[in-house]
Amino acid sequence: MAMDATEIEKLIKAGIADAQVTIEDLRGDGDHYAAMVVSAAFEGKSRVQQHQMVYQALQGRMGGELHALALQTAVPGADG
Amino acid sequence: MSDNPAFDSIQSELDANDVVLFMKGTPVFPQCGFSSMVVQVLSHVGVKFKGIDVLADDAVRSGIKEFSNWPTIPQLYVKGEFIGGCDIIREMYEAGELQETFAAKGVETEAA
Repeated sequence: MAMDATEIEKLIKAGIADAQVTIEDLRGDGDHYAAMVVSAAFEGKSRVQQHQMVYQALQGRMGGELHALALQTAVPGADG
Repeated sequence: MSDNPAFDSIQSELDANDVVLFMKGTPVFPQCGFSSMVVQVLSHVGVKFKGIDVLADDAVRSGIKEFSNWPTIPQLYVKGEFIGGCDIIREMYEAGELQETFAAKGVETEAA
């Protein structure tokens, strides 16, 4: 099973309204992606909570259909 | 608490060990790149930890994901608290926050 980048982006944006999403296909196999998600909704949340929000937006595909998603999250304007 | 049968064995491991890494494979023979990455970070930080091979027990493999509401392996726990998976541990390590977390929770480390 695999997913394509646009589907991942669409799901994240549907789940986190103002999310800016950048996705990189690490191996070209539809199974190993890196994603950077920036959203004001992450404000005040721990890294674990931020990542859980993204996994929730992916509606259970993480760890199943989508084997590996190297995830980075940030609040708008946060440096690094 | 959910009546997932694996929760008792998970909780007893967390109660018995300060630092627990639920992983694929063992610290000496990791079976997945993400698990191996966290093992290396923990070795760099010089912290003793208990590695639990979820590949050896399907109930724990699925139970741990429900236990922490986290869909992937590896998962690192310090003093019973879920700290994160591979991405978060690497990010915290690079920012020096992982070492701070261990210090704040009174877990001994010997920087390599």
